[in-house]
Amino acid sequence: MADKGVVGKGMRVLMRAVREEPGPFAIGVGGAVLHSIVTIGSSYVLGKIVARIAVPAIEQGRVSFGAMVLAVAAVLAVSALKVAGMIARRLGAGAMQFRLQASYRRQVTRRYLRLPLSWHQKHSTGGLLSNANADVEAAWYPIAPFPFAVGTLVMLVVAAVALFATDWAMALVGLAVFPMVFTLNVIYSRRMSPRVTRVQELRADVSTIAHESFDGALVVKTMGRETEETERFAAKADELRDGLIRVGRIRGAFDPIIDSLPNIGTLAVLVVGTWRLSTHAATLEDVTSVVFLFTVLAFPIRAIGWVLGELPRSVVGWERVAKVLAATGDMEYGGESLAGRTGPAALEFEDVDYAYPDGSEVLHGVTLAVPAGKTVALVGPTGSGKSTIASLATRLVDPDSGKVRVDGRDVRDLDHGALARTIALVQQVPFVFDDTIRGNISLERDAVPGDDEVWAALRTAQAEGFVAKLDDGLDTEVGERGHSLSGGQRQRLTLARALAGGPRLLVLDDATSAVDPRVEAAILGALRESENPASVLVVAYRRATIALADEVVYLEHGKVVATGTHRELLENVPGYANLVTAYEREEAERAREGAFADSEEGVSA
Amino acid sequence: MTTVEAAVAAEQGSWHTFKRGLALSPELRSGLAGTLALAVVATAGRIVVPVAIQQGIDRGVVADGGPYPSVVATVALISLAVLTLTIAASYMMNVRLFTVSETALAGLRARAFRHVHDLSMLHQQSERRGTLTSRVTTDIDQISQFLQFGGIMLLISGGQVLIATVVMFTYSWQLALVVLVTFMPLIWIVRFLQRRLAAAYKKSRERVGTMLGGIAETVVGASVIRAYGVQERTEERLDGAIDGYRNAQFKALRRSVFSFSSGEITSGICLSGVVIVGVLLGVDRDISVGQFTAFLFLTTLFVQPVQMGTEILNDAQNAIAGWRRVLDVMDTEPDVADPGENGTDLAAGPVSVAFEGVHFAYPGGPEVLSAVNVDIPAQARIAVVGETGSGKTTFAKLLTRLMDPAQGDVKLSGVPLTGLRFASLRRRVVMVPQDGFLFDATVAENVRFARPEIGDAELYLAFTELGLADWVDGLPNGLDTAVGERGEALSVGERQLVALARAYVADPDLLVLDEATSAVDPATEVRLARALDAVTRGRTTVAIAHRLSTAEAADRVLVFDAGRIVQNGSHAELVAQADSVYAKLHASWVEQTRSN
Repeated sequence: MADKGVVGKGMRVLMRAVREEPGPFAIGVGGAVLHSIVTIGSSYVLGKIVARIAVPAIEQGRVSFGAMVLAVAAVLAVSALKVAGMIARRLGAGAMQFRLQASYRRQVTRRYLRLPLSWHQKHSTGGLLSNANADVEAAWYPIAPFPFAVGTLVMLVVAAVALFATDWAMALVGLAVFPMVFTLNVIYSRRMSPRVTRVQELRADVSTIAHESFDGALVVKTMGRETEETERFAAKADELRDGLIRVGRIRGAFDPIIDSLPNIGTLAVLVVGTWRLSTHAATLEDVTSVVFLFTVLAFPIRAIGWVLGELPRSVVGWERVAKVLAATGDMEYGGESLAGRTGPAALEFEDVDYAYPDGSEVLHGVTLAVPAGKTVALVGPTGSGKSTIASLATRLVDPDSGKVRVDGRDVRDLDHGALARTIALVQQVPFVFDDTIRGNISLERDAVPGDDEVWAALRTAQAEGFVAKLDDGLDTEVGERGHSLSGGQRQRLTLARALAGGPRLLVLDDATSAVDPRVEAAILGALRESENPASVLVVAYRRATIALADEVVYLEHGKVVATGTHRELLENVPGYANLVTAYEREEAERAREGAFADSEEGVSA
Repeated sequence: MTTVEAAVAAEQGSWHTFKRGLALSPELRSGLAGTLALAVVATAGRIVVPVAIQQGIDRGVVADGGPYPSVVATVALISLAVLTLTIAASYMMNVRLFTVSETALAGLRARAFRHVHDLSMLHQQSERRGTLTSRVTTDIDQISQFLQFGGIMLLISGGQVLIATVVMFTYSWQLALVVLVTFMPLIWIVRFLQRRLAAAYKKSRERVGTMLGGIAETVVGASVIRAYGVQERTEERLDGAIDGYRNAQFKALRRSVFSFSSGEITSGICLSGVVIVGVLLGVDRDISVGQFTAFLFLTTLFVQPVQMGTEILNDAQNAIAGWRRVLDVMDTEPDVADPGENGTDLAAGPVSVAFEGVHFAYPGGPEVLSAVNVDIPAQARIAVVGETGSGKTTFAKLLTRLMDPAQGDVKLSGVPLTGLRFASLRRRVVMVPQDGFLFDATVAENVRFARPEIGDAELYLAFTELGLADWVDGLPNGLDTAVGERGEALSVGERQLVALARAYVADPDLLVLDEATSAVDPATEVRLARALDAVTRGRTTVAIAHRLSTAEAADRVLVFDAGRIVQNGSHAELVAQADSVYAKLHASWVEQTRSN
């Protein structure tokens, strides 16, 4: 796919950069122009030194001290101005590039924080990470040489004027060479575009495989599949290698040609200049100056090539970033704040349907209620939609149809934050931030003003003991995803986080699965005796948990099969009875079997 | 300043790193002589024009009776021919360099990838998640970037400096000395500035790591951030990290600009010297006008690559640092290593297990297992119970040789684990961890991970045997249902079902389950336990469980408390020991499951 429009699109990205960071751009270009003009000037200075000082001195066999001082002063002044220009150019360009990167990283991550969970579910973690990092970087990659290139363009215009002022014949050589350099660069970047795009895709693939494989390292290890995984990775790495070599071939061909064009121009100038000399149309000084001009132009002219060469990558990166920025479907919030309400909250589901973004249906016509101050247990087989109900209750997702109400208000009418202040969700898989214990629990919420509240929450969640034993206590950094903690500790931390905010409704999504029965019993006991009782919606299998519930909602295949007390359901709903009495029946059955079979020879310590 | 000192140490190791890198990727040397020869030709192209200018001016322009346009034209034509030749040489050199370096680095990528998998579980987990990925991606990209751009440039620039020096000496040894002497101090200045620069780059890399971690949290923790309404706090933390990186980047740039400026100033001083000495020499008739002019060009030819060189050294710092990180991974000896050729295979048939005086502590931590002695006969069904943190999971990891004990021996069928070949060990011994990690593929592909050759029918049969056929039938696309990234399209319990099926088709002789069904509903769990019981009969199974139903069904129960096995016997025996750890656990379990 030869993208003919890549240069045009790239220019638009560059123009956006200029609009957004005009200050650093101006400094950068100013520096570049100064640098360019001084560079051109330097060729004239050298030309003059040769013609006015060196030639007469060599011919006459003597030199004036004044002339030498002048020459040295001129050379040093040129150097100083060049340095000044270069510093301004590079710092301007750097400031522009880094500010743009930072600004777009913020914008992209802000979108991540605003867009609904359903949007997140449709995008891979790796993709989102690279949008905020690699793609932002790629989009603003050409900014580094951009002011230089603009400066070079200015320099070319000045050089053309200077050339014509010096001698039209030699100027025509320049007129032939410089547009050719530009054209070649454009062709180059067009030829590169599809190849570079492909390489970027392959890089992403290689990274995805590596990330996934290392993430699942334990499975790879326990199954002894290291060799097969390496083959899978190596196959992609080889594809990437081939892609990079294809890019290399083009670069390898264009680079030396583009490099040589000004040199060829220099040779032409020498020929034309000698001819002009022989007809006395030009002086030796003119020829040396123009020749030197071509030499000094050879390098900066590459800057244009660098910008053009990076445009394909920049355009791809920008388009990916722009897609995130343009993503819509933000959750709309209402104006109700539920301010001033105290005591337990009530939750209702009315005829709620929900399907995953990929279309597979999860919930059908779910109606349930958690009355204020009551505890409702949500029971159902694996994969019946319990976690989805927890997500809907906390408005992580909105239903496709039907209503979710808190205190009689549609959750969609509540303002941003009202729901978080009212309801706390503890998920099945605990998520811990790379922060201190205190930070993880308080999250700097108004509802958690001090350490007392944090400790109280830890106590209720049965986490006080292990936190107190840590050397730095609440200040202990738990590391990325809390890797310094065990699964059970992470789960208790997330429980404490939920309790610390003093929620009016607590949603526990099988949140004690990694905690031993005794620990769980202690947590549940403490919850029950809390000073600020909350309504509770708890996803549970254990009968002790269910026993705490005032009511049980039994779910199968995304539908509410029955609602009632544990005893009612046990008597009337076979599916429910089957589920909750599984362990007892198992034991009874084993006891019957045991009566016939002798226990086998066991373990000897 | 300690950071600077560290950077100094790092810089001194650069050459060492480079040599180690070459030794690890011998492919990089293939055809090197040819590539270097082409590089010499390509570099010659740079010298063509100044020589042509000197020849043209001296013989064609200022020669007596001149100017002679035809002489100049001849010089130009010859130069053009040479230029064409050097372009061709450059092209061939580039292609060779790209091919060789990319081939070598693709090989290095694959080897580093494999090595990461060979590292012990502890080592893998001690690294940030993204870090290991960068070892086989961005770090290697930096090396390739450097070899192909900086590398070429450095090669050509080096050649150019060399040739320019030689040509300068042939024109005028006095002027050549002037150039060299003025450039001498630059070497020290640049070395000093490079050190400061290296420290700035290091800081910048640390900041980018923090920033990436922050971004990853906003994506991975999206639901928690929303549930707690802490978008603003997250934003602030993230903004701080993003700005921190931006500032670090800018600081590194400032230092790099200073280093470059020193080159430019030096070149100004150098040129002044050449003008003074050159004119004085000309006055004494030691050099001609053509020579003097050519020398001014030659000075530029010398200055440019030296300036480029300082610039490339910046890239080189980064690339070498990346290379060093890759090499450090490659140099890390896997502390839980495959004995390979020196090892033995596990004897056919059922597997027995013995722990003899086993102690274990995590690095820098207290002992988590102390003096564990236990014999598990072949074909036994063992349940391991105990409170959180009592050492159960550590026991399972030592049993499957994910870690090695600090002291003592673990033996399978009488053979120490450290002497068993991984090929044999991993095929016969399989552990199912609590976190049933799934790959972003279909259910079928995930189960096939354990045995790629099995067909669809056999796969379905495996689920049927485990009593999970109903569950598979209920999936939108049956076995071909995509499970999503990390299996997140399935519920946690469902992921565990797939992980269990995966372990089952692996057909191990010793199956270790680490709370492998903790998120599965009780009815399914009981059904699964029964099915597993039937299909694993005749094999050895060790199940870590916090649901005591598993313990009741086992032949033997091992009770862990504070890193020791405190009870060992059948459920009936242990529960009868009043006030024992197991009796309490069981009482609590009964209360949990029976209270109405």
